[in-house]
Amino acid sequence: MKELKVLAVVVFFSLLVYWGVEPFAHGQMHKHVDSDKFAYSDLPEITKEGDAANGGNLVMGAGACLGCHSIESQGMPAPMDAGTAAASYGVNPPDLSNIGALYDEKFLAELIKNPAHALNVEHKFDPAAGKMHPMVAFYGAGGDIDQEVADMVAYFKSIAPKEISPKEAFDNACGRCHAMRYDKYTQLGDIPEFKYEKDALAYQIKVLEYQDHLKKYMGTLPPDLSMIIRARSAHYLETFVENPQTQLAGTSMPRVGLSKEGYEKVEAYLTEIGDPSKPQREAIGPWVLGFFLIFSILAFLWKKHQWRDLH
Amino acid sequence: MAKFDENARPFSEKWLDERLGVVTLKKVLSTEYWIPKDINFLWAMGMVLAATFGLLLISGIFLLMYYKPDAALAFDSVNYTIMTEVGYGWLWRHIHGVGASIVFLIIYIHMFTGIYYGSYKKGREMIWISGMLLFVAFSAEAFSGYMLPWGQMSYWAGMVITNLFSGGSLEAYGLVEWIRGDYVPGDAFLTRFFMLHVLLLPLVIIGLIVLHFGTLRLPHVNNQKGEEIDFEEAAELYKAGKKKESKVIPFNPVFLSKDVFVMGVYFILFFYLVFYHFDFAMDPVNFDPADGLKTPPHIYPEWYFLWSYEILRPFNKDLGLIAFGIAQIALFFLPFIDRSPNVAPAHKRGLFNIWFWVLLVDMIVLTILGKLPPEGIYNDLGLVAAIVFLLLGPALFVITKMEKKI
Repeated sequence: MKELKVLAVVVFFSLLVYWGVEPFAHGQMHKHVDSDKFAYSDLPEITKEGDAANGGNLVMGAGACLGCHSIESQGMPAPMDAGTAAASYGVNPPDLSNIGALYDEKFLAELIKNPAHALNVEHKFDPAAGKMHPMVAFYGAGGDIDQEVADMVAYFKSIAPKEISPKEAFDNACGRCHAMRYDKYTQLGDIPEFKYEKDALAYQIKVLEYQDHLKKYMGTLPPDLSMIIRARSAHYLETFVENPQTQLAGTSMPRVGLSKEGYEKVEAYLTEIGDPSKPQREAIGPWVLGFFLIFSILAFLWKKHQWRDLH
Repeated sequence: MAKFDENARPFSEKWLDERLGVVTLKKVLSTEYWIPKDINFLWAMGMVLAATFGLLLISGIFLLMYYKPDAALAFDSVNYTIMTEVGYGWLWRHIHGVGASIVFLIIYIHMFTGIYYGSYKKGREMIWISGMLLFVAFSAEAFSGYMLPWGQMSYWAGMVITNLFSGGSLEAYGLVEWIRGDYVPGDAFLTRFFMLHVLLLPLVIIGLIVLHFGTLRLPHVNNQKGEEIDFEEAAELYKAGKKKESKVIPFNPVFLSKDVFVMGVYFILFFYLVFYHFDFAMDPVNFDPADGLKTPPHIYPEWYFLWSYEILRPFNKDLGLIAFGIAQIALFFLPFIDRSPNVAPAHKRGLFNIWFWVLLVDMIVLTILGKLPPEGIYNDLGLVAAIVFLLLGPALFVITKMEKKI
């Protein structure tokens, strides 16, 4: 039928334009980065069987983790508040309660032994040039260092909760550098409700001071991530979080070291805040399309009826 | 003084007719507005455009209730207030965003239909010219609307496009500042484009749509063969019940029934895009807030401006601006460049047929190249495609001058 031929021509050229300006042009504009699927293949495997009990002793003792970090779930508070910590280290060191569930174990082991290497920020921190990473490497407690590190990782895994909410994942992995203003969240956490404006302003000053330390440490204030889920493609976000250097060479953002499951949690939170209509879209879409399908069928019957004795 | 029937019931048809002439109006505008029978679905694109404009208007009204034209608030009013807090705000925004993109696809289909069937010739020149005015008004509307979310692309597209008014070597930066109301795009820039987008340009568009409909009245709609029809004679045949013999149909309900069916199918596509595939119309870069200190690595206009953008790019500054200027107005003159005596579909018109497909392919090539980074082979291809476009004007004159009467 002639009309279908005309339609085929129109559809062909429309799709050609679409292909040219969308998949093709974007493929040419952005270099392709292969995902490592959060395997961290450049980091050494853990060869030793970890002993959580011994790991616990090391974390509390010779490992000296608690000099900077808190483990709230085990009743170990942070040695100083976030602002003071940022003034000392540039950024507030994370709480260690759930890291065993969020991060890759190879990454955790390397982080303990050689932080700048695990975090992929050796371009920024070079001990030879006197630029030490603020996290001090663990040099061993006298025994086999690989065994000791494996023990500590086993300990963190043993105390990690079974279920971690998307927001908790974001809070630990991203939230000490990135704000999320659409969730009323800053680098200091959820913004509390204040009865008096002067208290609210005093809190704001604390946030600004923290951000100033962060700026000095990172070179620039890391962006608010409220809309990042729509500002970058899923593939970009995934490969960027996996290894920021591949997408943005020279960036001061460290490798986060999230496991695949950990990243999925973070992504879920970014989606919940930046693209909250997703579930609604998926729920309503089929009904609207169904409506117009029925509409078109009825309209076609009406057209047939109107044109019945024209030819 | 006209006669008024004392006994007519208020608001009955007779009562209304005596006061408003509704019977005549209905005849003139719908039941006895004659359309050729020999048409295909491409003739429904006008109604599809009207429907899409309606959707843009309605969704725009809803968005306007919550949008804040202030450089400090605009981004969050769109991305937070409308997308998160307002019930179904996301739906109105996606309809508005997808509609703004798709309306241009339909406009281009509508234009190429007109060119293919010679619907701008012999008495139909004003249809073409009023249509081109609509195209320009829609372009301005699209550009001003693109500024409003105040994202990175809004800001930098605003920067690039307003810079064009410096006139290359004329260096008329005073004019650029006058347009922006500032040295760089800022609050004054945003609020004036807001005004243009929600008031002045929609008024212009509505006026032009009325004009465009009006221009169809006397020369009538063209048909698939470009055949000259005696509409009065054909209308008499139709009214006498000889529907098979008559070459015309009334707008309402016969033509309308086909329009509505085409619209139904179109809306399936439209809402598929709204719900499942809106990224093409809502560029991710524009979800980063405007930042005058951070130039995005690639700045490109929306897809419907790419062909003319690519005519600007491959030349040096001044030549590029001149070529760009020519491209913007060249299509207005189509009815006068085409010297052929024939009103017929392109496939009946020999060399014109080749000209048509070269124009279509060249504009698509320009569109795709317009988005690619201007490096290496793309630059050379862009230059060739731009020159081909500029040569198509004189070529049309020569080709149609030689065209024999069919």
